[in-house]
Amino acid sequence: MDITFNNVSYIYQANSPFSHKALENLSFHVPSGTFVAIIGHTGSGKSTLIQHLNGLLAPTKGEVQIGEYTINSEKKPENLKELRSKVGVVFQYPEHQLFEETVAKDIAFGPENFGVSKIEIQRRIKEIIPAVGLDEKLLERSPFDLSGGQMRRVAIAGVLALKPRVLVLDEPTAGLDPRGQQEMMDMFYDLHQKQKLTTVLVTHSMEDAVKYADHVIIMNKGTKYMEGNPKEVFTNPEALNQVQLDVPEMIQFLHAFETRFGASIPFTRQTVQELASEIRHVLKEADSDE
Amino acid sequence: MREIFIEFRDVSFRYGEEQAWVLKNVSFNIYKDEWVAIIGHNGSGKSTIAKLMNGLLFPQKGEIRINGVPVTEESVWDIRKQVGMVFQNPDNQFVGTTVQDDVAFGMENRGVPREEMIKRIDEVLNAVKMQDYRLTEPHRLSGGQKQRVAIASVLAIKPEVLILDEATAMLDPKGRKEIMRTVSDIQDQNEISLITITHDLQEVTQAERVIVMNDGEVWDEATPREVFAKKDALRKIGLDVPFIAILADELKKNDLMITSEPLNHDELLEELWTLHSTM
Amino acid sequence: MNNSMIIGQYVPGNSLVHRLDPRTKITIIFLFVIIVFFANNIASYSILTVFALVTTALTKIPIRFILKGLKPVWFLIIFTFILHLIVTKEGEVLVEIIGFNIYSGAVIQGFAISLRFFLLILITSLLTLTTTPIEITDAIEDMLHPLKKIKFPVHELALMMSISLRFIPTLLQETDKISKAQASRGVDFRTGPIKERLKAIVPLLVPLFVSAFKRAEELAMAMEARGYQGGEGRTKLRQLRIKRIDVFVFITFAIIVAGLLITRNY
Repeated sequence: MDITFNNVSYIYQANSPFSHKALENLSFHVPSGTFVAIIGHTGSGKSTLIQHLNGLLAPTKGEVQIGEYTINSEKKPENLKELRSKVGVVFQYPEHQLFEETVAKDIAFGPENFGVSKIEIQRRIKEIIPAVGLDEKLLERSPFDLSGGQMRRVAIAGVLALKPRVLVLDEPTAGLDPRGQQEMMDMFYDLHQKQKLTTVLVTHSMEDAVKYADHVIIMNKGTKYMEGNPKEVFTNPEALNQVQLDVPEMIQFLHAFETRFGASIPFTRQTVQELASEIRHVLKEADSDE
Repeated sequence: MREIFIEFRDVSFRYGEEQAWVLKNVSFNIYKDEWVAIIGHNGSGKSTIAKLMNGLLFPQKGEIRINGVPVTEESVWDIRKQVGMVFQNPDNQFVGTTVQDDVAFGMENRGVPREEMIKRIDEVLNAVKMQDYRLTEPHRLSGGQKQRVAIASVLAIKPEVLILDEATAMLDPKGRKEIMRTVSDIQDQNEISLITITHDLQEVTQAERVIVMNDGEVWDEATPREVFAKKDALRKIGLDVPFIAILADELKKNDLMITSEPLNHDELLEELWTLHSTM
Repeated sequence: MNNSMIIGQYVPGNSLVHRLDPRTKITIIFLFVIIVFFANNIASYSILTVFALVTTALTKIPIRFILKGLKPVWFLIIFTFILHLIVTKEGEVLVEIIGFNIYSGAVIQGFAISLRFFLLILITSLLTLTTTPIEITDAIEDMLHPLKKIKFPVHELALMMSISLRFIPTLLQETDKISKAQASRGVDFRTGPIKERLKAIVPLLVPLFVSAFKRAEELAMAMEARGYQGGEGRTKLRQLRIKRIDVFVFITFAIIVAGLLITRNY
């Protein structure tokens, strides 16, 4: 589903002495099937932004368009529930939302609320459990007996069981160890491709943004600071540094390399292996010039 | 030879009779005034080690000595004065209703006189650069600021070791940087040992020594440079390797004779430069 | 987002009333509550009303804000008045409305009782408006101190209160977060029949309890690590001090009380 923001502003506690502008005049368009990364500091408006994607918040001004659904200040759509069944949101530390007696029941909770049939739910659970890297034996266990990493996977399965068309991920790997982080991101990327999802990833990791995203939006103080494909955005370290964001480490290295050797290696989202052979190439060439 | 401060001797620990051993025969020393990083995958026993160090847990087998004194039910309150700890969740360790109340909490517990408290609150809040937030309530602080207050609270007790138990794990990159800057300042300016339990590679490379835990056992104990030289093995036990170390490895495969184990950009560029000029 | 939250209804300020020692405020309010029940004529009611209004003015909190805070009790006050009109049958009949006789005694008594009620609520709400919850806690701990002799856990009670105060904003944030997560999974907290809405609370309450227990456990551990062993041998950073202004306020109040006792006899 396409995602479009038209001049969206959001003010918390409008008309009170405590009012606080969280989003200001935000506009962007993301075509269906895109993997978008949203980056910015805490308080930059990221979490306010994603809460507009399934109508948890409605814009104070402007309009949000998700597929055929429109949300603006006048009306939350009548079919809000329908929208929520199509936009799955994995919040930060999603394991905190678990509450059922068994893993199976917790995963079924969402689809049941949206009126999915029992048989269909069972079918979906069978499909999702291996996809999120869980064992079927866990289905009848209490979610509270599982390890932190397993709990997170159960919570994610509960969102995926909605069969959403848009998947919103708010720092889904926070608190996991490096291997856990890697596995989780690979899993989401795999789902994104196989199910042709539109994925919105909120992250602090520039490395993940470079690796997975087709489109990057940098937020700063409630406004869109930069936008573009990862290559465009990340090859502008000055602009990023101005809002105290780093560029991915490879780009930092390429810059340092250029300063030192006077030869530039362009950033093409290359792998470390490719970079190594490029460096060798540059060094060899410099030698043969002399 | 440096003076030993913390000593683990064949320590084994499990949370219950029927449960698996979380730590198996763990032995190591931590010296005075040194910075040690403890790394390992989730569930490798890192955090258990931290809790054993100040008697929040006691081992079933083996012995732990702090400054030569075994950690027991009797010695534990003395030991907690020497071993300060900052935990992972910034919210769940903030006791006071304001910043200064929180810093005071540990001192109040130890019966520090009020005048002395006021003096130390000034000192430690300055040390973590939170002096302007003295009367601020916790819900108005960012995660990084809360953790700096937690560090200040520990420093106020004048401990001999500061343990950061994944204290940066729940912070954003900005908060993480704040904490690491604070911590390395403190280490520079005080005679204090520092133990950081972490996944963050930046934190690991800053340490003098690394203890790598895997499935409840000490897998390696060496300098960051030596540890990161074992890239493939590290990855196998679920850990990360810095970008520069990976790149150096790939360069070697491309017949560029990198000899040292570079850990940062400058080191690698320096090496490439030397290679380049001798080619 | 949470910056706007005010715990209780404390309004920050530096007025005379704000600066009073919380124990002074609590004591005076306590005495005021007793005295209000002794008021029995126009003179005593006037003195009490003037006292309450002057104190209110001294807080420098906008009247509008205070009245807004009293909104829920207006209904009770008016209800009390009407009840008296209907029930009391003293004095002469003033008017007759749809078969009901309204007596002069009823008007006077109804008015007196409603005024009493209003004064009580006004003066007690001034306490929470001008005193931070933690100051109130400190004052209670201090004033209950003598009960320690009979093994009443005064310190523990005060610590519990202050920790609860500290965690209220955290738990509110958490409630907001979890209700949004469950709403995203199709829970509807706002519409539908009562039964359905009650059912919708379970997915909110269970995670809240689980997390509160986890927080409590971690907090207990952090407190232990920071050397907490109960109230014995503890020193305190926050101190309450009776200042000159408190003495002054007490004397003023004593004069008012004396005045009341005198007018009562007439």
